Amino acid sequence: METAAEIVQHSGGVIGLSWLTIALPLLGAAILLLGGRRTDRWGHLLGVAMSLASFVVAVIVFFELLGFGADERRRVVELYDFLPGGTLDVKMGLLLDPLSISFVLLITGVGSLIHIYSIGYMAHDPNRRRFFAYLNLFVAAMLLLVLADNYLGLYVGWEGVGLASYLLIGFWQHKPSAAAAAKKAFIVNRVGDMGLALGIFVIFTTFGTIAYGPVLANASQASQGTLTLIGLALLLGACGKSAQLPLQSWLLDAMEGPTPVSALIHAATMVTAGVYLVVRSGPIYIGAPTAALVVTIVGVATLLAGAIIGTAKDDIKKALAGSTMSQIGYMMLAAGLGPVGYAFAIAHLIAHGFFKASMFLGAGSVMHAMNDEVDMRKFGGLAPKMRITWATFGLGYLAIIGFPLLSGYWTKDGIIEATMEHSPILGWLAVIGAGITGFYMSRLFFMTFHGKPRWEKDAHPHESPAVMTWPLILLSIGSVFGGAFLIMGNRFMEFLAPAVGRPKELPHFAPFSVAGVATLAVVAVGVAYAWLKYGRAEVPAVAPRGSFLTVFARRDLYGDAINEALFMRPGQWLTRLAVFFDNRGVDGLVNGLAALIGGTSGRLRRVQTGFVRSYAMSIFLGAALLVGAWFVVGNL
Amino acid sequence: MTTHYLVLSALLFAIGGVGVLVRRNAIVVFMCVELMLNACNLAFVTFARQHGNLEGQIIAFFVMIVAAAEVVVGLAIIVTIFRTRRSASVDDANLLKY
Repeated sequence: METAAEIVQHSGGVIGLSWLTIALPLLGAAILLLGGRRTDRWGHLLGVAMSLASFVVAVIVFFELLGFGADERRRVVELYDFLPGGTLDVKMGLLLDPLSISFVLLITGVGSLIHIYSIGYMAHDPNRRRFFAYLNLFVAAMLLLVLADNYLGLYVGWEGVGLASYLLIGFWQHKPSAAAAAKKAFIVNRVGDMGLALGIFVIFTTFGTIAYGPVLANASQASQGTLTLIGLALLLGACGKSAQLPLQSWLLDAMEGPTPVSALIHAATMVTAGVYLVVRSGPIYIGAPTAALVVTIVGVATLLAGAIIGTAKDDIKKALAGSTMSQIGYMMLAAGLGPVGYAFAIAHLIAHGFFKASMFLGAGSVMHAMNDEVDMRKFGGLAPKMRITWATFGLGYLAIIGFPLLSGYWTKDGIIEATMEHSPILGWLAVIGAGITGFYMSRLFFMTFHGKPRWEKDAHPHESPAVMTWPLILLSIGSVFGGAFLIMGNRFMEFLAPAVGRPKELPHFAPFSVAGVATLAVVAVGVAYAWLKYGRAEVPAVAPRGSFLTVFARRDLYGDAINEALFMRPGQWLTRLAVFFDNRGVDGLVNGLAALIGGTSGRLRRVQTGFVRSYAMSIFLGAALLVGAWFVVGNL
Repeated sequence: MTTHYLVLSALLFAIGGVGVLVRRNAIVVFMCVELMLNACNLAFVTFARQHGNLEGQIIAFFVMIVAAAEVVVGLAIIVTIFRTRRSASVDDANLLKY
């Protein structure tokens, strides 16, 4: 295997100004948050402008980076001394390499489209300016996450996107469900972040530095046990941020946020940060096969769990959220395979960024038309009413189920075939996942756009304004051609090679491999079954009770129940025990001591009778005692 | 020879002590206290005589001075209490208590 290229110092040029990509949205957020109501009138325009400006800088940086030879495309721009503290001396710098620039383009590009879309979607919200401030904050934090050249910078960005995610999920905090969902996302992410922090600690104690360059270059010299420990700790962090088992429970509730948030943060960018972390830390997982195996197992488990959850949800956004979990499971699976999978993982991530954002925004467009209804049982027959939404959503739908020649076909097929070579069991499970994907996405699509209308009486569906449909159209172009562009001729793999290394032999993309045909077959079965159940047949207005399997899926595979039984209830017992111990034990000791002294002195007080002669008597007895004692001691 | 004086001193002291403990009249209690003090004085003087030095005698003078001062203050208190409460019984003056 060819390893990654050397990281070189860089200064000057537009690359030297790449910090602007982070600074511009951050400035936008600061102006909008500090400016308050005064900026209400033009706040959304500033937000869009900052995001677009960041995108423009990113594009120029990208082309300047392409100007260098392939082996010189890993460049660090030193910014300042972040933490000069003894042995821990963190210099903040930005690492511009093919991996990070891919993310930067995705974040700023899709992010800008979603910013534009939000102008229309949030038009009637009195707090639209605040919404754009948070969006800008998110973009800045996410860019820091992928651009930082050390693990601490990544951690700062990691927490920043967590904060933005919290603020945006709870954007409508007057709804108790949204407030609870925001807290849930934050708390579940804390568990993952603890893993990431521990991983960084171990990296520092092992390598004496936390900059990517020296850590990843020297990873092979560390012991396998240490690398496994680091790998598993980082995986815990990735699981939290990317909603992988066992920390998946927050993502479905996160759909309480406004739909553009679900599209940008909980589908296209933030939830893929875990994949970025695993791919970025590639040399660590290469040195720790056990940790890499766990990554693949987590990926497969999540891709199946997410798909199963997606089959039973009637809430269009929750069905899409289940799908997001599932697709990130595919990316994790690919990332766990090593250099063979990295390009597919990131290509699928980018393709997914396009088609899932397009579908989420499409779902937002449908909700916009249907008075914010999310229950798909009250949709149906929307296709003739909203042609553009239907078409763009349809393209995203075809892309995600892996319809031949669309994005998802190339990237997901690549993942499945690479997995097949690695481990047939995981590969076939991934094929089954693809079949379930075909079923639940078709179910979602047919229930929403086809069949007989089941609208509420006061619903008057209409196409969304141009400011919302244009982003949909642009995103669907990405979801149609993105995959082919990246995968054909191993173009993306060659592009990423300087950053993540190159596999020993490049995969040959055979159009009629067993796995490819099997995938297409199971997807066709899934689509056909969905058509029979939800396209042709009547969809009941109230969800039928369903078999225990349906209930199992509808309840998110009892994820919440498991968390409740394993963590919440024992936690509550623990707090009750602590409160009991505090009240009875600690307070009891203190209060008991005080009561003892008070009670004893209350009784002793009775000695003070006021009768002089009894005092005289006690003096006499005391004197007698002393004299008696003197006699005894004196005679010894 | 000194033994007799010491026995007398002890007797006087005991009589005074019993008087302080059992009598109610403040004046009598007072006189019993004086009796105890003077019993002490007798013991001091006796020991001074026996050892042939003056220290015991000097302390006896001190005790007398203290006793005189005590009489002044004590009698004043007793008279004042008698004026307000029409009683010289020590058991009646029992307000200062728990």
